[in-house]
Amino acid sequence: MSTASTTTAHPAPTAEEAALRKALSSTPRPAPPSPLSAALTFGWRGMLKVKHVPEQLLDVTITPVMFVLMFTYLFGGAIAGSTRDYLQFILPGVLVMSILFTTVYSGIALNTDLTKGVVDRFRSLPIWRPAPLVGALLGDSVRYLLAGTVIVVLGVALGYRPGAGVPGVLGALGLVVLFAFGLSWVFTTIGLLLRSPQAVMNAGFMGIFPLTFLSNVFVDPETLPRVLKGFVDINPISHLVTASRGLMEGTATAGEIGIVVAVAAALTAVFAPLTVYLYRSRG
Amino acid sequence: MTVQSPLAIEATGLVKTFGEVRAVDGVDLAVRTGSVYGVLGPNGAGKTTTIRMLATLLRPDAGYARVLGHDIVDEADAVRGVVSLTGQLASVDEDLTGRENLILLGRLLGLKRAGAKARAAELLEAFGLIEAAGRLVKGFSGGMRRRLDIAASIVVTPQLMFLDEPTTGLDPRSRNQVWEIVRTLVAEGTTILLCTQYLDEADQLADGIAVIDRGKVIAEGTPGQLKASVGSGTLHVRLLESSQRPEAERVLTRGLEGVHLESDPAALSVPCGDGERAAEAVAELSRAGIRIAGFSLGQPSLDEVFLALTGHPAEEQAPGEDDIDQEERAA
Repeated sequence: MSTASTTTAHPAPTAEEAALRKALSSTPRPAPPSPLSAALTFGWRGMLKVKHVPEQLLDVTITPVMFVLMFTYLFGGAIAGSTRDYLQFILPGVLVMSILFTTVYSGIALNTDLTKGVVDRFRSLPIWRPAPLVGALLGDSVRYLLAGTVIVVLGVALGYRPGAGVPGVLGALGLVVLFAFGLSWVFTTIGLLLRSPQAVMNAGFMGIFPLTFLSNVFVDPETLPRVLKGFVDINPISHLVTASRGLMEGTATAGEIGIVVAVAAALTAVFAPLTVYLYRSRG
Repeated sequence: MTVQSPLAIEATGLVKTFGEVRAVDGVDLAVRTGSVYGVLGPNGAGKTTTIRMLATLLRPDAGYARVLGHDIVDEADAVRGVVSLTGQLASVDEDLTGRENLILLGRLLGLKRAGAKARAAELLEAFGLIEAAGRLVKGFSGGMRRRLDIAASIVVTPQLMFLDEPTTGLDPRSRNQVWEIVRTLVAEGTTILLCTQYLDEADQLADGIAVIDRGKVIAEGTPGQLKASVGSGTLHVRLLESSQRPEAERVLTRGLEGVHLESDPAALSVPCGDGERAAEAVAELSRAGIRIAGFSLGQPSLDEVFLALTGHPAEEQAPGEDDIDQEERAA
């Protein structure tokens, strides 16, 4: 046809074309990656995003610092008589709170991801189905660890002294991150059910705020009205705080830790398959 | 013939409904291995939904399909192992660099770290993306993004590739680059299912075409057959002086039917069987002393194909300017 395309001369094959041909010639398909390798690759993807936009780390660095300073110096004198005593009481609680707040972002991030075409490509790959989700949460676990480290370091700088030393702190950190991993699945489920990142954020914080405050993070539940105390006593977050305090002080019992591990396992058992199902079946 | 070359895609009666809407309403497809098959239709015709079902991203509500011999529902994993998808909204990660995208895909497809890096480097060079390799995809132009998207689809050579509107929104140069890549891929043995809104794209690339409208295949054939069914192309003429248009209209009407005055006061168009006929018409205009600023002979547009095949325009919500003019005049 006498259109413009015929007027462009056809150049002889160039180096570029040769490179194209070579690149397009069949690359044999290797065996698919193992589930772990696929999940770790997605974890790497999460890390790369942090590398490119380090501001993302504000919520796991500045926010915990704010929490520690605010609660210690605002409430310390009034609640415990001295900020120093209160810091000793509240630090494991703030550790739990800061990290659990961060889990909401896993749901928000997943919801944001879904609006992008790249998820279609992931879903059309022959990989272990939960890999993108597990990988993202593994990446998030690194964020949780970072938040935890910031809090502990700041706490020690302000005068917090863990009775059980470094092993106790590491144990508590590990337990909180484990619980956070389990809880994240709840928010990824919400992230797949709701339509916008804002909705996920609202729903997430609407749940996590009361759950965290109605626990033993800030105060000894003995002072609470009976009904409230009843709730605080069964709140899994209270158990997590108790176990973390125990680990850091060196007084934790196997039972205290066992409950937390069991809850994390239960959350994962229910919400991980649900998340994976929703992720796969989403149009 | 089909005995020697088994079908890469066989779909029968595929249906997908979203609420009240039957997005895909009984689509049958038969795509030969090693060919480029075009699915042509306007936005919302059901092209993307069809591709998403075939790529195992959506479960059909009815009907069944086999992709390279594997059932898309029961053997979804086997299908995923042999296809790759290039989506309408480029399926690459905007928050990573071009190179990271390709390495990510290479790792997910099972390449070792070094292998994935080497393959990424090779593809970046082949697709002219070396300079941009370290930049975030967010900052890529449309053409670069599309090329990266296709590169990501062939990190490991797929046996079947779904290309969903690969050139929508691209400038002519980028479009030609994408077409060249597609031709090379086919020459190397990949089967391609190409969704497009553009007849000329299907014409350039596809061996067979299905025209799809409102979730149904309404016509099927080679590009030549389809164009023949629609009729001819159209000669567009633009005059130097709009005052000469009535005279130009008279001259053209002598030899051709259906002369149409465009909304541009210096332009007119006429359906025209072939290039010779068009050249003659232009020569006649020039002999009559009409000064021509420019002319072109276009293929039938998708709108014309649609109008011919369905009796309604491709996009109901966007009627042609002349329709509006007529309605206004009538009012």
